[in-house]
Amino acid sequence: MSECHSGPTPATLPIVPGNGSANPDRRVVAIIGPPNAGKSTLFNRLTGLRQKVANFPGVTVEQRVGKARIGGKREVNLVDLPGVYSLDPRTEDERVTHDVLLGKMPGIPRPDAVLLVLDSTSLSRHLMLAAPVLGLGLPTLVILTMADELERRGGEVDCAALAKQLGAPVALVSAAKGEGLETVIEFLSGAFGVPTPVQLPVLQDVPRCRQWAQAVGSQARYRSPAPPIWTRRLDSVFLHPVLGPLIFLVVVVAVFQTIFTGAAPMMDAVEEAIAVSGQWIANLLPDSPVRSLLIDGVWSGVGSVVVFLPQILLLFLFIGILEDSGYLARAALIADRTMAKVGLQGKSFIPLLSAYACAVPAILATRTIENKRDRIATMLIAPFMTCSARLPVYTLIIAAFLPDRPLLGPVLGLRAAAMLALYVIGFLAAVVTARILKSSILKSDRTPFVLEMPPYRWPTVQSIGLRLIDRAKVFLRRAGTVILGVTVLLWILASFPMKDGQAPPIEESIAGAVGKSVEPLIQPLGFNWKVGIGLITSLAAREVIVGTLGTIYGMESESETEGLQQALQQDLSLAGAVALLIFFAFAMQCISTIAVVRRETGGWKWPVIQFAYMSGLAYVSALAAYQIVSRLG
Amino acid sequence: MLQLSFKKPHPHVSHSLADLRPGEEAVLEHIDLPEDFARRLMELGFLPGSTIAAARSAPGGDPRVYRVDGSEIALRRETATRLHVRTFRS
Ligand SMILES: Nc1nc2c(ncn2[C@@H]2O[C@H](COP(=O)(O)OP(=O)(O)OP(=O)(O)O)[C@@H](O)[C@H]2O)c(=O)[nH]1
Ligand SMILES: [Mg+2]
Repeated sequence: MSECHSGPTPATLPIVPGNGSANPDRRVVAIIGPPNAGKSTLFNRLTGLRQKVANFPGVTVEQRVGKARIGGKREVNLVDLPGVYSLDPRTEDERVTHDVLLGKMPGIPRPDAVLLVLDSTSLSRHLMLAAPVLGLGLPTLVILTMADELERRGGEVDCAALAKQLGAPVALVSAAKGEGLETVIEFLSGAFGVPTPVQLPVLQDVPRCRQWAQAVGSQARYRSPAPPIWTRRLDSVFLHPVLGPLIFLVVVVAVFQTIFTGAAPMMDAVEEAIAVSGQWIANLLPDSPVRSLLIDGVWSGVGSVVVFLPQILLLFLFIGILEDSGYLARAALIADRTMAKVGLQGKSFIPLLSAYACAVPAILATRTIENKRDRIATMLIAPFMTCSARLPVYTLIIAAFLPDRPLLGPVLGLRAAAMLALYVIGFLAAVVTARILKSSILKSDRTPFVLEMPPYRWPTVQSIGLRLIDRAKVFLRRAGTVILGVTVLLWILASFPMKDGQAPPIEESIAGAVGKSVEPLIQPLGFNWKVGIGLITSLAAREVIVGTLGTIYGMESESETEGLQQALQQDLSLAGAVALLIFFAFAMQCISTIAVVRRETGGWKWPVIQFAYMSGLAYVSALAAYQIVSRLG
Repeated sequence: MLQLSFKKPHPHVSHSLADLRPGEEAVLEHIDLPEDFARRLMELGFLPGSTIAAARSAPGGDPRVYRVDGSEIALRRETATRLHVRTFRS
């Protein structure tokens, strides 16, 4: 691939005056290109960071700065940007790229140079973006990515000829395999040369731009690759009118079943490890308030959440495969009709799917939605999708109250089915809410739906593995900060006021008093004051309730030997358990989500409406569920 | 390609992209949509004069994937009816 480093050598060109050339270490280089061209993959290669990479357009929605080593101690600041089709922004994510490029983004100086990343397998189309980018007059390296795919599918391009046509150096790389990157490093470490002026088309005239791109491509002897055969074959199955939806269903059921049964042995192992290590630490410490804090407060509180790590990783494994393979875009296509019925479009489905992992990135991902009102509606319904923080709550309660019985033979167990039902009611709440919003306060004209279908790609073990490791870190960090903090605070509140130098029974402590004070409000839902404390602490994050109950039961001496599940059975009736599940399905118990909605909508109005609506819905539905179920039983 | 006929299509019969049968190809004539959205479609390859093929769709036939310029792009039926094409049928 080295023969592809070609074009005007930067050294022979005049050096651009600018803030960059004075101090090479301060230079800022922007990565620009169409969506899904491989920008973030390249950025990760060059900086060693782990920007999210996935196989659908619109993954990156924010700028991200990273330092790329370019030999010795020298570094440049690379900026990974959202993908764009042209330089006039139509969506919020495209605006980010536009602003960074023109130096309008606070905190990021105007770039000194540009890496223009184009997918070599769709070069004729992607070259259209070269016209406006070269027109900026910034030093530019044109990077043609996916070299491996181009070669495999029998395409070809003459980089030297292309460089001549574009007046800028060209590199053919495979960012995924790390091939051809020397040229990029060379460009980054050299003095940036401005592109040789070439005849560029009038930018406003898209057909002209296209003709220009076509001409440039044929001058560079570009031979488009053969169509992706496997993508066509797979689509004939996944988009088959009958098989397609059927496969979708089977996959969903399999995922739920695996999350329940597959994760169980690993969860048992983690639980065992936490119990043993807790004992071990307890034996080392003298009996004191500190020991009580550590074992009863921290260890049982944080430990009861950490147990769910295997299950959450399993969920992320599935989401990762979905996103990296390219199936996600097909799922959005299949879902478009449903989304259209509630007034949204298939594009909203992509953020909604990622909300199954966590609502925060999902709300950021709504930036790709063109219509402002559609975007706000999608943000408002995203927290109804069952995020991974609900998983521990659901699992704990379901396992405590439902027997492990097969429901549909060995295919689907009762517990997995209950879990599936909770996911479905969350989705239904989202859909109904969207419908209400889109036919009232957020009414708008239907915006057209356009979605690029990426080719299917094999998810690599490495990329999925890294994601899981990162996810595990996030989860453990949360356990070590938010959950630990709340747990310690709770332990303190539950230990005072002291009676004769002894912690009081929790009922008489400050925490108990707080729980008791909300009890009248939640009693109609079948919850007692202990659950009340959990509901309050879980305002920080949903899974905190598990940690909180762990701490409360850990401190109550009589239940010390029981597991969390058994202790819970004494405090909740079956009807109360159903009500609690439904409460968690609808309530917006998450400070991070509130904060991100505020940031993205630019004010408190929407997050306040959203919080009030979700809490109200949660309360009323839980109330109804408790009253109905307790009468039935 | 079997539909390639030497007879010119009737000049007055105007088809829309939505009329294409799966697998059928046509040449785009013009886009009857607001300027800014038409531009986005053109940036994606839907340029007058380019050949477009209808491919698979979501169950029920809407939205459908169209192949243009080596990429696959899904459009809803309501959008596809605004893209006027010349087919190779007579
Ligand atoms: N075969 C192959 N696949 C690649 C290469 N580079 C990236 N990919 C894959 O292409 C897909 C898109 O990569 P990203 O790096 O997320 O693309 P992006 O340009 O950042 O996309 P957006 O953020 O959505 O604009 C992922 O599935 C990558 O694994 C490459 O050189 N070869
Ligand atoms: Mg990206």
